[in-house]
Amino acid sequence: MTATVHSPVAVFFATPWAKPVAFYFAEKLGGKMLDIQTQLFESQDLRLGPIDHEKDPEIESKWTHDSEFMRLMDTNPARPLSAAMIKKQYEKLEKQVEENKNLFHFMIRTKADDRLIGKAAIHWIEWTNGNAFLRLGIGSAEDRRKGYGTQALQMLLRFAFAELNLFRVSAIVPEYNKGAIALLHRFGFVQEVCRRRALERDGRRWDLYIFGLLRDEWQDKSRTREER
Amino acid sequence: MKDLFRGELVRFTLEEPETGAKAQARWQRDTEVHRLAGNDPVLLNSEKKIREWIEKQGEKGLPPDRYSFSVRTLAEDKHIGFLGLWVDLIHAEAWVGLRIGEREYWSKGYGTDMVKLCQQYVFSELCMERLSLGLHEYNPRALRCYEKCGFHLEGRTRKDVLREGKRTDSLWMGILREEWLQMQDGGFK
Repeated sequence: MTATVHSPVAVFFATPWAKPVAFYFAEKLGGKMLDIQTQLFESQDLRLGPIDHEKDPEIESKWTHDSEFMRLMDTNPARPLSAAMIKKQYEKLEKQVEENKNLFHFMIRTKADDRLIGKAAIHWIEWTNGNAFLRLGIGSAEDRRKGYGTQALQMLLRFAFAELNLFRVSAIVPEYNKGAIALLHRFGFVQEVCRRRALERDGRRWDLYIFGLLRDEWQDKSRTREER
Repeated sequence: MKDLFRGELVRFTLEEPETGAKAQARWQRDTEVHRLAGNDPVLLNSEKKIREWIEKQGEKGLPPDRYSFSVRTLAEDKHIGFLGLWVDLIHAEAWVGLRIGEREYWSKGYGTDMVKLCQQYVFSELCMERLSLGLHEYNPRALRCYEKCGFHLEGRTRKDVLREGKRTDSLWMGILREEWLQMQDGGFK
């Protein structure tokens, strides 16, 4: 291939009429460019991605052996799961995504070394009402308190509001998950419901909160202030 | 011991697939009934399809976390609605959903009687710690009924549902076992 051959993209930007074309579209959108340049699945340190059926089961299996993590993530009883069981779960999950069309599931990885650190989902989507529930978990203790949850939630909300066009999202949190409660408050979530003593753990009953965030209340932190 | 399936106005029973499907297919045509009770779009199913679902359920048996009842009046023995329970055995919490398909039985105390009978079943037979339910804010009749039965309003998910172009809240209610016990004339009978 010779040096004079340009890729189509390069040709587009090199042509003199490229600029007027861009202005034309900008005008159509009320002077604002449609922001499709922002990568939805990338933040400063993280990337949202699909399941890696080879590598992920072993790592997620380790998380399930941490009962504290399991009790923060789920109201179902904590139980250790083997990598083989996790593998089966992934297959079931992908089938569910394909068939039910009301669920989006992501693995959270570090950009630097492509390491699996957590998972996230938007589920129970009611398309006619434009509502859904969020799930988010950072698997191992050494990856917590590093701002990864913040970055992941930022991507998740942008996906929910700017791509799925949802009107509101909810999150269910037990009263003892102080980390999640603080994170949701930081993003402007409102504690809307307190389901009194809905959970039983360690011989006592706990409240279960439902938090909600409306599209109007969402502040897209992935963009600079001027862009907003 | 109390009769768990007999209230003051209604009784809990289970219809045969044939009559159950006939009634449900007829109630489905009333979109107001569905929109008062459900979140999803109204849907029409054939009587055959509904009967097949019921029959399939009968063959497999209900899953251990599901309880469902048909509701008949004591006076005329008329099939007027149904009531379903979803049970979380680990955390001892049950969720209830109910519907009176026959509109002429609205606002006459039948709903309240159904809820009271259901509370008795949930707390004294299923031994739950909590009974929960959700409703639309545009259903004040249901709200009054649940309040009368001792449910507490525990919050609202704002602008949760879009109906006829309007955003409306969903209300969340719950009653605890001890709250129900206190309402039973000062103790368990």
